[in-house]
Amino acid sequence: MPQPNNPAGAAFAGPFAAPLLDPDRPTPPGVAGPGAKAGDVRYNVYRNNVTVSLIEALADTFPAVRRIVGEAFFRDMARLYVRREPPRSPLLFDYGHGFAAFIDGFDHTRPLPWLGDVARIERAWLDAYHAADRAPLAPEKLAVVPHDALPALRFEPHPAMRIVRSAYPAVTIFAANRASGPVGKILERDGEDALVTRPALEVFVRRLPPGGAAFLTLLCAGKPLGEAAAKASEAEPRFDLGANIAGMMEAGAFADIFVPAA
Amino acid sequence: MSTKTMIGAAYLASAVAGAVAAGAMTTTAAQAQEKEKCYGVAMAGQNDCAAGPGTTCKGTSSVDYQGNSWKLVDAGTCATMELPGDRMGSLEPLERDLPS
Repeated sequence: MPQPNNPAGAAFAGPFAAPLLDPDRPTPPGVAGPGAKAGDVRYNVYRNNVTVSLIEALADTFPAVRRIVGEAFFRDMARLYVRREPPRSPLLFDYGHGFAAFIDGFDHTRPLPWLGDVARIERAWLDAYHAADRAPLAPEKLAVVPHDALPALRFEPHPAMRIVRSAYPAVTIFAANRASGPVGKILERDGEDALVTRPALEVFVRRLPPGGAAFLTLLCAGKPLGEAAAKASEAEPRFDLGANIAGMMEAGAFADIFVPAA
Repeated sequence: MSTKTMIGAAYLASAVAGAVAAGAMTTTAAQAQEKEKCYGVAMAGQNDCAAGPGTTCKGTSSVDYQGNSWKLVDAGTCATMELPGDRMGSLEPLERDLPS
């Protein structure tokens, strides 16, 4: 947290802030109640406001997780997370990057092993929402690349693009619980990898085809198109290069292409 | 190259050509669904300007059709939106209907 510039303010704020997220620590000295009584009750108002505002921030960031586990369970789980991992930045839209890993290790969500991946997609959704605006790669630009330059072609990821891999049908569960309608029985059993993009103002979450996550991850890492396609098809026999390129262009996953100077 | 599978330029070219052609057909549909920020058309408390926490303006416009609040609408429809009292939507923030 940023500290005030004046030393007297900093000397007050440090001890005042430290016990806010830890109910086991005593009320800081100098906090007084009416008539020189101890200030416990008054200080607890601040404790409550800080904790509740952070729980609300998580609830706004992870609405599908909240819907799946229910309001009361979500708030209890979020409270434990807030105490374990308080924000390191004052920007609340950036809070909760560790929430998915926390859920993965949380005893009481063990019967929902896919819940952490749903949280990863929700966090990626908000990352994409707040990423820099940029026009996605135009198909015309890809269409005019000379054929002999294609194997060495590199792709520059769009700032909003995120990939979330899951061994569970996380995209289906995410989509069902983000929609306003009732959630029916989810029949999918196979793992689903998500591609999150925001080509213009709206965030889109798509299911990647087989081998797509590996292919896009290689392209994002700066591997040339020829090598990324070869590795992806070796790893996944169902890999369909044409469908993958069409999908990533439609999603706006990349911002630009270039051929490195030989 | 260390990979066992070699992918030829001709194969890449056909995959790219097919993908770009498929893209050309879906672009029209995607463009039709594109959104734009439209100022001055949202009812009080129903502006969409943000999502997630820490974005204090979502649902906070206090005046109907507030000029500096926006809503996502289908692209191309904003400037033609006619609202009660001879108001029109705008792609830029407006000076009218600001909360006092």
